[in-house]
Parts: sequence; C-alpha cells; structure tokens
Amino acid sequence: MSTAVETETTYREVIREAMREAMRRDDRVFLMGEDVGRYGGGFGVSLGLLEEFGDERVRDAPLSESGFVGAGIGAALGGMRPIVEVMTVNFVMLAMDQIVNTAAALLHMSGGQFAVPVVIRMTTGGGRQLAAQHSHSLENWFAHVPGLRVLAPATIADARGMLWPALQDPDPVIIVEHGSLYNAKGPTPDLSVPVDIDRAAVRRTGDDITVVTYGGSLGLVTDAADRLAAEGIDVEVIDLRVLRPLDDATLMESVRRTHRAVVVDEGWRTGGLSAEVSARIAEQCFYDLDAPVGRVCAAEVPIPYAQHLEKAALPDADRVVAAVHEAVGGGG
Amino acid sequence: MNTASRRPAPSAPVPVSTAANRPDHLLLYRRMLLVRRFEEKCVELYSAGKIRGFLHLYIGEEAVAVGVLDHLGPEDAVVATYRDHGQALARGVPAGPIMAEMFGKAEGVCRGRGGSMHLFHAPTRFYGGNGIVGGGLPLAVGLALADRMQGRDRVTVCFFGEGAMAEGEFHESINLAALWHLPVLFLCENNLYAMGTALDRSESETNLAVKAASYEVPAWSCDGMDVLAVWEAAHRAVELVRSGGGPVFLEAKTFRFRAHSMYDPDRYRTKEEIEHWRERDPLLLMRERLASDGVADEVLSGFEDDVAAEIDAAVAFGDAGTDEPVESLLTFVTSTEVTS
Repeated sequence: MSTAVETETTYREVIREAMREAMRRDDRVFLMGEDVGRYGGGFGVSLGLLEEFGDERVRDAPLSESGFVGAGIGAALGGMRPIVEVMTVNFVMLAMDQIVNTAAALLHMSGGQFAVPVVIRMTTGGGRQLAAQHSHSLENWFAHVPGLRVLAPATIADARGMLWPALQDPDPVIIVEHGSLYNAKGPTPDLSVPVDIDRAAVRRTGDDITVVTYGGSLGLVTDAADRLAAEGIDVEVIDLRVLRPLDDATLMESVRRTHRAVVVDEGWRTGGLSAEVSARIAEQCFYDLDAPVGRVCAAEVPIPYAQHLEKAALPDADRVVAAVHEAVGGGG
Repeated sequence: MNTASRRPAPSAPVPVSTAANRPDHLLLYRRMLLVRRFEEKCVELYSAGKIRGFLHLYIGEEAVAVGVLDHLGPEDAVVATYRDHGQALARGVPAGPIMAEMFGKAEGVCRGRGGSMHLFHAPTRFYGGNGIVGGGLPLAVGLALADRMQGRDRVTVCFFGEGAMAEGEFHESINLAALWHLPVLFLCENNLYAMGTALDRSESETNLAVKAASYEVPAWSCDGMDVLAVWEAAHRAVELVRSGGGPVFLEAKTFRFRAHSMYDPDRYRTKEEIEHWRERDPLLLMRERLASDGVADEVLSGFEDDVAAEIDAAVAFGDAGTDEPVESLLTFVTSTEVTS
C-alpha cells in the first residue's frame, strides 16, 4: 500500500531509473537502440538519459536491428555490459539470427570460452490498436531457445528490480515489457527488497484454482480473480516472471494444492508458452488434477487494427472468468 | 549529416605494426604450407570417416589469411567464417586442438561442441567460425565498439566471403562501423562463388570495393593469390585502422581449388576455370619468389618435413583425445547450471 502521494511512479519511469542506476554503478553499461537518445526512446523510456550520460553511452543506432543487436553481442564479448533496446518484439524478428545463432549458442559452441553478457529489452503485446506488425507477443520464441534467460516484468517492482540482476547474468537476457504497462502507476518500489530473476511469484493466494500468467495479462487476471472471489471462488494467481527457465517448483506446488489450473497467455495458443506450461502441469501433476488444464490465449489471427476486433482477439477478464468456471464446474 | 555520433578520429597514436615493415617470405610460405598440408590431411581423414559433418576447405585461399593475420598482435581480434581452418592456423591457434575438435574430442578447441565450422579460441581472441553467412559482421562491429569505448588500441579483423555482401548484415555492419568510426578491418575473401552461385549472378555491383566505398569507408582490392600482395595491402589497411582511421574494407581476389564442401559435386565451375586459377596457386607463386630470392631447395624440403611432422603430431593429438562424457551434454548452455 502506498503511504505517500509523492512516492507514486510509473512502469516507464522505473525502467528509466533502473537504467540510470546501472549506468552510474558500472561504467561498462551502456544503452543502444533505435531512437533511445535524442528522441528519448520509442516509448519514452530513456528520456533524459542522453543528457545525463552523453552519446557514447546512450547510443542512437540506425534502423539495423540485426546490426546493432549483433553489435551489442560483440560489445558484450569485448567486456562491455550493453543494454540493447529494440522498439518492439515484432522488430526483433530482424535480429533473430544474432540472438539465436550467436548470443544463445556461442557459449556452448565455443566449449565454454565465450559468454555473452548482453541484455536485450523490447516492447511486446497488443491492446493499443497498432495492428499486426506492432502488437504480437512473440516472447515464446525466445523461451524456446536454450542459452537465453527471458524475463517479463509485470509489476513496477519487477520493472525496477530485474535489470540489475539481468546485467549481472553472464549470459544473454531478454526482457519483454508489455506496451500497455508503461503508464501503469504504483508506489515507488522498496529498493531494499531484493528482486530475483529465477522464480515465479504467487501474486495472490487461493485454494480453488491456480491461474498462471505473466506480463501484460497479470492485470486482467487480477480483475478476474476479484470477480471470482465475489462468487466464492478462491483463485491463486501465479506470475511466471521468468519465461525461461520456467520455475516448475512454484507452479507445481500450487497446482498440487488447488488441483485445477488455467493458463492465460497473450501469445497464440499453438506452440506457445501456454502449451509449454500446460504440458509441464500434465507431466508433473496429472494425478493431482481434478479438471483439464484450461487456456486463455490470443485468437489465432494477426492482431487486427479495429478496436472491437482487436478486443475480440486478445484475452480479457471475461474469458478468464469463463475458463475458471469451466475448470471448477467441470471438475465437480 | 550525422552530428551526434560521428566524432573526429581519436588523437592518433603512433601507428604500431606488430609485423615488421617488410614481409618475412620464408615465414609466410611456411604458414601457407602448414594450412595446405593440414587441409590435405583433413580430406584424407574425412574420407576415412574420422572427420564428419561439413568440411569447407581453404585450399587455394591460403595467401589471404596468412598475408592478413601476420599484421595482428595478440590483443587484436579475429572474426572468422565457417571456412576457418586456415584462418585459425594463420592466427596461431594450435593445430592439435583444431584437429581434436574435428574429431569431436574433449581436447578440441571447443571441447567437441563446434567442429570444423565453429573453431573458437580465447587465448588468440579468435571469435570463430561462424556458420551463418554474414553473421560475424555485427559481432566484429561490437568487439570494435567495446575497444573504442574502453580506449583500447586494438584492431578487429572480420573475414567474410563475397556472398556475405549480398546479406543485409554487411550493409548494416559497415554502416555502423563507418558511422561510429570503429577499428574494424572488413576483409572480403572473394572466391567468386557463393556456394554454387557466381558473383555476377548474385550481386548487381560486382566491383566489391566500389560497393563498400559507398559507406565512406576506404576500400581497395588486392591479388589474393599472391601472399606478398595481400601482405602489403593488409599492412596498409591495418595501419590505417589502428591509427584511428576508422574501418577499412579490403577485398582479396582469390579462388578455392576444391568444392564448397565435401558434399559439393562442383557442377557450376568448369575444369578450365579451376585450372586457370591453379596456375596461380599461392604456394607455387611464393616458391617461385623464394627461388628468385635464392632460397635453396633444401630449405623448402625442410619445411615440408617440419610441416609434415607438425601435422602428424596434430593427428596424434586428436587420436589420443577422449570423448566428453555424455553427462556433460548440457554443460556450457549457460554459465551456471540451470535446471528447468
């Protein structure tokens, strides 16, 4: 609970603050990406950092995703600790070769000789009428790849706290920030509370069902849980936080207790993170389940522009409530 | 006009060459001979089934890596291609661990994880064997960026074939390096064929130096079959890069005498074309030069004996190698053990 009005902040501001802190603490840290400097970041995250740190450390890159992501990887090999910002996860597709074939593979391919301590941040997700080339949730592509760590801060505390441990990781870390969260307001995080980049978080405890989600969907899952609580259904909400490696222990402990699970993922259902989480629950908790694992995902369509169509394509609280009803009712 | 990121060249230090100002003919010849004989041995071992997977031979192109890498010091970096045995040997990566790598052994440079295409060697800053055409170029830019940001007077040499110049990574990387004035030598090994596709069938501008120069980068070409020509051209290029002149592009016109890989039936080149280039075999040219220098035949045959012994030792090293335990399969996926 917020204790004072002046301690209110936003998701955008705390990421900026985390980058500022990292650059002050470690000379090797620098920020590189499209429009991170003079423009202040495509989503305004890095506004003011150029003025504070100069253009060597806040480096505007040309529209060359493969080039500057690869340069970030190379700079990491050369002893720097780069933060590479790519405007959206859709644009990162242009840099997939560098991330998958180089960053993720290099340590193994070189027999342990070359670790790649790079952090790559990007916006993900829909809900802002940006249509099919700026709205997708493709983070599962990274979560598929051995060698990467994938983080999805859903809260202001995680947005503030995940960057520094990510920069301490000797291996590549992908951070996906849901675009709808940048304006989210909340109390200034307590910096004395350590933030890990290993574990899922139980955001709400409950005994009747486990709803697993991450990133931009945490809010709608929380809304759904409030509504369900009013009906007497006690929902446990798990925020994955770390999409790779998945924290099976936290997940399974919860499902073994609640005997029911629904996975909410703004990515597509087919081959997505929801499929992976569901499969793991089936593998590890099959005999604990009282109902099939439910899923709420984006419709299998490139995200459309028109507001009502986009809304119809994305998960919402109604669909989460319906999926929980089915799991609870279906199990008897 | 870009203003924020384009800075004047850093105050130029006195140009430092690690190579002498004159090429050591005998040394260059001996290095080329090592690469040639090493790879001839690889063919034999491939046929015997001891080397598997893809094997891309550098035979015919030896003058390029040998002529260029003579100019690097231990602090400099090399980013290589999948045709990397010659680049690795010329950089001074020891032959035994290279051979052991190709045998898939724990004693290999990459503990058997990389194989022929992915030779990496931290002690010589050899950033490998990249199997993705063009994939190494952004990496080289980043290595040079790190040097610049940390105030180090180092050079990164990035090898790539002419095929990579059709990739977006070439354009993105040379643009970045030029924009940021980074110490990269872009070293194009133009062997005229991107696998089976001839240069004039894949690129509208076949004058590669002209293509590179459009990025405001000093660019020139050299005869990649003549190790002394490569040496001279690279000497000038490395000096320029090292003295703070920003990136340089150098094309070495060369030819591979063998097929693209051991799988390639080589249907796209004529015998006449290959024979024509073989007349300019870099070892042959250098032997003629050494003869005119007055080097005795016994010296050259002594080299043959030395190199044969070195390769025998490399093969023996590989043969004595051990298999990595299967339990170590997941080692090196991440720096710390991850369980999930």
